[in-house]
Amino acid sequence: MKINGAQILLRALKEEGVDTIFGYPGGAVIDIFDAIVRHFSEDFKFILTRHEQAAVHAADGYARATGKPGICLVTSGPGGTNTVTGLATAYMDSIPVIVFTGQVPTPLIGNDAFQEADIVGITRPCTKHNYLVQKIDDIAHTIKEAFVIACTGRPGPVLIDLPKDIIQAKAKFDYPKQIEIQTYKPTLKAHPPSIARAAELIREAKRPVIYAGGGVLTSGCHEELLTFVKMTGFPVTMTLMGLGCFPGTHPLSLGMLGMHGTYRANMAVNHADLLLAIGARFDDRVTGKVEEFAKNAKIIHIDIDPTSIQKNIKVDVPIVCDAKDALEKLIEALRQEGQSEECGECLKSWHAQLTAWRNEQRLRFDRTTDIIKPQYVIEKLYELTNGKAIISTEVGQNQMWAAQYYLFDSPRTFLTSGGLGTMGYGFPAAIGAQIAFPDKIVIDIAGDGSIQMNIQELATVKQYNLPVKIAILNNGYLGMVRQWQERFYDNVYAHTDILVAPDFVKLAEAYGALGLRATKTNEVEPLILKALETPGPVIMDFVVDREEGVYPMVPAGASLREMILV
Amino acid sequence: MESRHVISVLVENKPGVLARVSGMFSGRAFNIHSLSVAPTMSPDVSRMTVVTYGSEAIIEQIIKQLRKLINVIKVQDLTQGDYVDREMALVRVKATSSKRADVLRIVDIFRGKIVDIASDSMIVEITGGAGKIEAMIELLTPLGILELIRTGTVALPRGRKSTRYSEPSE
Repeated sequence: MKINGAQILLRALKEEGVDTIFGYPGGAVIDIFDAIVRHFSEDFKFILTRHEQAAVHAADGYARATGKPGICLVTSGPGGTNTVTGLATAYMDSIPVIVFTGQVPTPLIGNDAFQEADIVGITRPCTKHNYLVQKIDDIAHTIKEAFVIACTGRPGPVLIDLPKDIIQAKAKFDYPKQIEIQTYKPTLKAHPPSIARAAELIREAKRPVIYAGGGVLTSGCHEELLTFVKMTGFPVTMTLMGLGCFPGTHPLSLGMLGMHGTYRANMAVNHADLLLAIGARFDDRVTGKVEEFAKNAKIIHIDIDPTSIQKNIKVDVPIVCDAKDALEKLIEALRQEGQSEECGECLKSWHAQLTAWRNEQRLRFDRTTDIIKPQYVIEKLYELTNGKAIISTEVGQNQMWAAQYYLFDSPRTFLTSGGLGTMGYGFPAAIGAQIAFPDKIVIDIAGDGSIQMNIQELATVKQYNLPVKIAILNNGYLGMVRQWQERFYDNVYAHTDILVAPDFVKLAEAYGALGLRATKTNEVEPLILKALETPGPVIMDFVVDREEGVYPMVPAGASLREMILV
Repeated sequence: MESRHVISVLVENKPGVLARVSGMFSGRAFNIHSLSVAPTMSPDVSRMTVVTYGSEAIIEQIIKQLRKLINVIKVQDLTQGDYVDREMALVRVKATSSKRADVLRIVDIFRGKIVDIASDSMIVEITGGAGKIEAMIELLTPLGILELIRTGTVALPRGRKSTRYSEPSE
């Protein structure tokens, strides 16, 4: 039996185990939406966001929280162009998102037809790969390829552009169970000599540090990492993207490193004689001045993407493979050498030094004030959720404080736009995570600037009665840029004062959600408790100290040694 | 230290592939000195020859980034071994009857060809390495070059070292 392209698409998604689609309808995809309602209403939960950008971020949040690909369906032209920021966000952070866009009918392509955009051309540099389907017989195969490419190797977003006449044309449904893509073969297995070389450096190290990134989460090797740390006693510092890949409360967790990393993490990297980088890419926010980064250390770099290796920094032992494979083999190599399962007293003096650094400069803020300190809000959120919430963030100070003060013990519980730094990411990402985990507490930690970039999604949480909580650290500024202006631009706050903003409590109410406001420190805890007890969506508007800054801070391009502590 | 590299890239012959390759270069601020592309013996596969300049680290990145593109089949830095590279130029040179002999003499020395002749000009075709082409252009300049077009470099490794991807189809 022949079915139309829309049904082929939806059956293919079913074959891939997709159960949730985020999106927004439009003329070019009306047949697909029609098919969803008429023939697939039992198969998919469709989440109608209020902006296509939010649909991609929601799919991205769903993917980060679950490890499964996030699916997004939008129309042609502006529907597609609105997905660009979402795609670029997912691309920078290696998140498997598959976006289907409608396109004008094939005979009209190139004619500047209504709602036409060359979306494949536009998104080429911000997708792992993309496709324009030109024949009905290509749909199924293309979708299969898209899933393989999005989810394997270093994952990333894939876009498939579907012209309306292809969506309407008919063909037999023939979906390949497995395919080989001749030109796409990620290296998954570690090269044994590199493992041997790395194991040797690991055995000899006196001042080792593990520098773990998002790749550990992607690869799902947090258990192996824990085992490795148990055996070796190596301390772990994490990138923003890596938070949660190693328990934040573990005595050997140094917290985050880099620009707003902890003092001890940055000092440890500075003094290390071995840096074991796993699924991290030596981003400029991590390394600071790259010539000074881990200057005294031999570097082992495990990464599935060969382009990450030797891109920013010279490394001694590159290992291109899935991080899980490398860790398993390293653990095996250590065992064969007779390494015991527990580190015990190993690296004692290094551990003592790490403790000394921690005691020397802890993360801190003034706890005596009546006016709310934003860090205090995060601490209370951590405490009152027992550290078990899924936290998403916007971008800027709210993001850094969340990274510093919420200790993530489990993988896939921290959703943040690390690479692209997309304001407006957190709220829709929280929606995606809440859809995937209806019973978990999901909180978007936001600023008063960022939250306004996708505030329209309050209608989405209301429509689906999603209990997403939004904590706005409201300082009336675009706070991170203001902080830079204070430090480096003579206090000229050029266009970062945004005191003119909606009343967030009333705004929540306007959307049928609950709005709560705290202006004093002692109001924070009862407010959070009330929000957590509320079954539906809540905006928590914390009016915080306007000029609080994120510290420590390494100025852009400076060495990690040059930390500004307060 | 920047040096010249000739990179041979086998790609799937599909729409948009050239844009993916050139977009990767521009997006990452790599330089393309010249680029030539045409189908191989197998119609599904095209070969690109990219001439680029860069430090060792940059060239390593270029090659890795090319390999990362889904439609790229094989990438080889020909400058790592012996190779043959050629360019072609077509030069329309001013040549009234009195000057024709001068043009012919120069063309002869460079083993070029006259491929078109008009009452007051001729088109000269020459192939060779970049140096040879530049030398001939230099000699023709005093006679008056009216128009000039050069191709990018095309190249193959010498001997048996194949840049082929599939079996003898090429």
